[in-house]
Amino acid sequence: MKLSAQWIRDFVDVSVDDHRLAEDLTSVGMGVEGIVGQGEDTIFEMEIGTNRPDAMNHYGLAREASAIYDVPLRRLAAELPATSGKASSAESSVPIQIEDGEGCARFTARILRDVRITDSPPKIARRLAAIDQRAINNAVDATNYTLWEMGKPTHVFDLDLLEGGKIIVRRAREGETLKTLDGVERKLSGEDLVVADAAGPIGLAGTMGGFDTMITEKTRNVLIESAWWDPLIVRKMSRRHGLHTDASHRFERGADFESTVSSCDRVAELILQSGGGTVIDGPIDVIARRIDQAPVELRLSEVERILGTRLERMQIVRILERLGFELAGAEPAAFLVHIPSWRLDVGREIDLIEEIARLYGYDKFPNTLPTFSRSVIELPEAAKDRKLRNALLALGYNEAVSLSFLSHEEAEQFSDAPLIELENPLSEEASVMRTSLVPGMLTMLAYNLNRGNDNVRLFETAKVFQSAGPAALEMKRIAMGATGSALSPSVHQPGRPFSFFDLKGDVETLLDFFERTSLRYDAQTAEYYHPGRSTRAVIDGESVAQFGQLHPETAATRKLRQDVYIAEIYLERLYRHGLRKIVCQPLPRYPAVERDFSFLFRDSVAFEHIRRACYDLGLKELRSFFPVEIFRGGSIRPGTYSLLLRASFQSNDRTLREDEVAQWSAQIVRALEALGGTLRSQ
Amino acid sequence: MAYTLSKPKDFLPATLDKAAKKLLQALANEAAKVSNEVEWKTFRDHWMARKDGVLSSLNDLWLKAAPKDAKRQVGQRVNELKAVVEQTVEQAKQRAQSSSRSSRLEGERVDITLPGIQRPIGAEHPIVKTTNEMVAVFRDLGYSVEEGPEIETDYYNFEALNFPPNHPARDTQDTLFLAQQQAKPLREQLLLRTHTSPVQIRTMATKKPPIRIVIPGRVYRKDPPDASHSPMFHQIEGLAVDTNITFGDLKGTLDYAMKAFFGSNVKTSFRPSFFPFTEPSAELLVSCFLCGGRGTHGSDPCRPCKQTGWIEILGCGMVDPNVFQFVKHNGYDPEKVSGFAFGMGADRIALLKYGVEDLQLFFQNDVRFLRQFA
Repeated sequence: MKLSAQWIRDFVDVSVDDHRLAEDLTSVGMGVEGIVGQGEDTIFEMEIGTNRPDAMNHYGLAREASAIYDVPLRRLAAELPATSGKASSAESSVPIQIEDGEGCARFTARILRDVRITDSPPKIARRLAAIDQRAINNAVDATNYTLWEMGKPTHVFDLDLLEGGKIIVRRAREGETLKTLDGVERKLSGEDLVVADAAGPIGLAGTMGGFDTMITEKTRNVLIESAWWDPLIVRKMSRRHGLHTDASHRFERGADFESTVSSCDRVAELILQSGGGTVIDGPIDVIARRIDQAPVELRLSEVERILGTRLERMQIVRILERLGFELAGAEPAAFLVHIPSWRLDVGREIDLIEEIARLYGYDKFPNTLPTFSRSVIELPEAAKDRKLRNALLALGYNEAVSLSFLSHEEAEQFSDAPLIELENPLSEEASVMRTSLVPGMLTMLAYNLNRGNDNVRLFETAKVFQSAGPAALEMKRIAMGATGSALSPSVHQPGRPFSFFDLKGDVETLLDFFERTSLRYDAQTAEYYHPGRSTRAVIDGESVAQFGQLHPETAATRKLRQDVYIAEIYLERLYRHGLRKIVCQPLPRYPAVERDFSFLFRDSVAFEHIRRACYDLGLKELRSFFPVEIFRGGSIRPGTYSLLLRASFQSNDRTLREDEVAQWSAQIVRALEALGGTLRSQ
Repeated sequence: MAYTLSKPKDFLPATLDKAAKKLLQALANEAAKVSNEVEWKTFRDHWMARKDGVLSSLNDLWLKAAPKDAKRQVGQRVNELKAVVEQTVEQAKQRAQSSSRSSRLEGERVDITLPGIQRPIGAEHPIVKTTNEMVAVFRDLGYSVEEGPEIETDYYNFEALNFPPNHPARDTQDTLFLAQQQAKPLREQLLLRTHTSPVQIRTMATKKPPIRIVIPGRVYRKDPPDASHSPMFHQIEGLAVDTNITFGDLKGTLDYAMKAFFGSNVKTSFRPSFFPFTEPSAELLVSCFLCGGRGTHGSDPCRPCKQTGWIEILGCGMVDPNVFQFVKHNGYDPEKVSGFAFGMGADRIALLKYGVEDLQLFFQNDVRFLRQFA
């Protein structure tokens, strides 16, 4: 919001220049974000906290300046010409009736007669223009000027257009409409609070006046309204109608109950100065209920407990009094503080302590460090998170962060979990919470490939979300994505493309950190995986990961130009397993014996069958059993393949005998033959 | 022509002296020519072969041929010469071996200026890296890490943080709401948390004071993505509650943390601000760590600090007593305990710290961008 330095200086004599004034206001929380112009035209671009409607105007800032520099603040009092009429004559001329005392605590009006509606005087127009306010006519400008001067929104009606010559403050009736000043015809509801005449609504309380009763060149007689509207009702109403105005901005933050008369008078004074006419004596001031703020006890001990510094009693008095607080009470250790009517944000001792700290200067409080005797407690899964993250980084995967949103279409393609939809998404592309990290990973891979980054490895650790009745489930997952080379070709070596087994090896590395009694891989993977190049890892009967090559069709629809590999790790399940306990084994003291077996198998016999058949023999000395070579084609019959297997035997307490090894080898051969394998050589 | 030993014409000392000198001269000449193991073997055989080596000739032509009265004298000379020959042959062997080793190594020479074979390691994401570093600073100060759900209730995200229903302060946090919540009471309605502060309440509701926690996490606001906004971003929140925690403690703690994070020469300044859940509330500025607080880089303006020499880093304040009211039952009586809280944006700090011009770079994950953080 823009405010004029000179206008602030109307009310307080400040010796510092505008730049210093800006700095000092900023240091008490009245943030000056920018300064434009010079001299009389200096404008502060300001950011004022939502709790300080009283300071969103020039007089309010002058009050802050008066407290900063400890100089007096001029009184703000309009001077109206004395007229011969009696107060009672005004009150009887336009009866005001507050039907809704909850919504309207006070309604003050002034009546001006024989006013000439014209342009505002140059000084007024110039000041308004400088703070980006459009000049309209002298009456409307007077209300606007008053709003920016003292923060109190007011409104002016063409008195002659009020049906029945009276004002009623009430809730709107269903079906009533009001054309507001912006020309919009608005349907009103029973929750709307309106100013009405005998015929119907003429203004939305504290938000915007009605079109039909506005001031025009033809206006001769003016009714000035200055009311106190309930913040909550104004807020709801302005939101309901999508009408955020300078007036509603202030009313919904709390206006000054005591300023209805003075603001009415100020508007009257400004109109009379430019448009002539006469003021009907005395304001019409109807009070439905008082907005009283109870005095607050301020204990010096509490000031010290919160701020950590003992402040001089006189210093506290000076700060608070300059801000308009009145201090009473005979006790040496406490005050009874009366809250000024414009400070609806202050109602507790802590609010006063903040005022003291703010004006004393935050930077003047000495920095201290509190003592603490408790130990740091780690999150339960911190060690697992760290282990996986470090391994993924070491394996060459770059850490990625992508947004948590998906489109409906993506969410449904990559998961069948119940969706969590947003009520007010930024776009359809970001309208549900992600149920899978895969679409985000594919987007990131495509982004890289489209920019010529052919070798990409990424991982992301993030939550996925799904609906569970009235609740929302959040589950932590890891997604890995890889495309391009496993080994980049160079002057030293030929390259090698990333393969399923590169990914499997990386996933195995991660899974090996965890305790388990069994781990198997099966082919049950989601449809977006290549059916022949994807797998699911099952630890102790529960699926903890699925990974493999992305289905070529999915890749094509996502415009991925090359083979892409992805992995999903379900941490919510994997983390049910502890990290593998490290137990150190003695190094073998006796030599290992290796035996190779060359077998022919039908294609339907997977290595997993072979491995299990061998381990199921329960040979105590079998240390490892792994494939060394696979060969298909050539002399090998189609539908079969040749597999060279290597078994390694070792004992912890003796050198193995030839006959033992021969016997175990024979057992292995028999087991593999039982799978339909044919021994080619041993 | 290889040296051969001839039979001496007599065994007078002068004659033998002369012959010995000639022999040693030949030995030295031949030894000098040995440059590899093959040549050495020839050399060795010439002098030491059992059958016709020079030493065996020496034995035959000198010792055996010498008259009886000269035997003793000749024998001594032969032994001396033998020792010299053996020693010279051994030395030649050492030389030959070392020279053939070095020529083999010479053959194995590579161009050590060719690029190495790098096994690329992954890069930490700058936001996670920044978060971890900041969390580590507070861990060193005794703060335990806490986390909370990203989908929150209105109660934890707003109400218990002293944002009453319909309060204007809610406008400052443009909220993404979950669909189909209207049937529930307001405080149970679900939304995407707009800050990490709900974890303050969740923690105080379950853990008694004193506490010191630091809370990293993702948060959401309805901000369309641009160079400085994202609908999802990251905060780091902190909370300390104990008896006698003061505003000075807040300042001292954050001053220490900023120095630990940005470097010991940064300065801090606090200015009043407004947050519903703290009072007094403050904004923390650090002297610009990019321009050293000067506001310029030579004659160029420093953009990140807008030439002010100061950068706003975080919001903080003393925990508002109204917040304690919501957890008073768990030992948080605002008359007995006090505390401070602070919250900062990890994305923004990473942006400033690494001179990143566009926030969207953090979420596009171009590997050319990410690898710079390895």
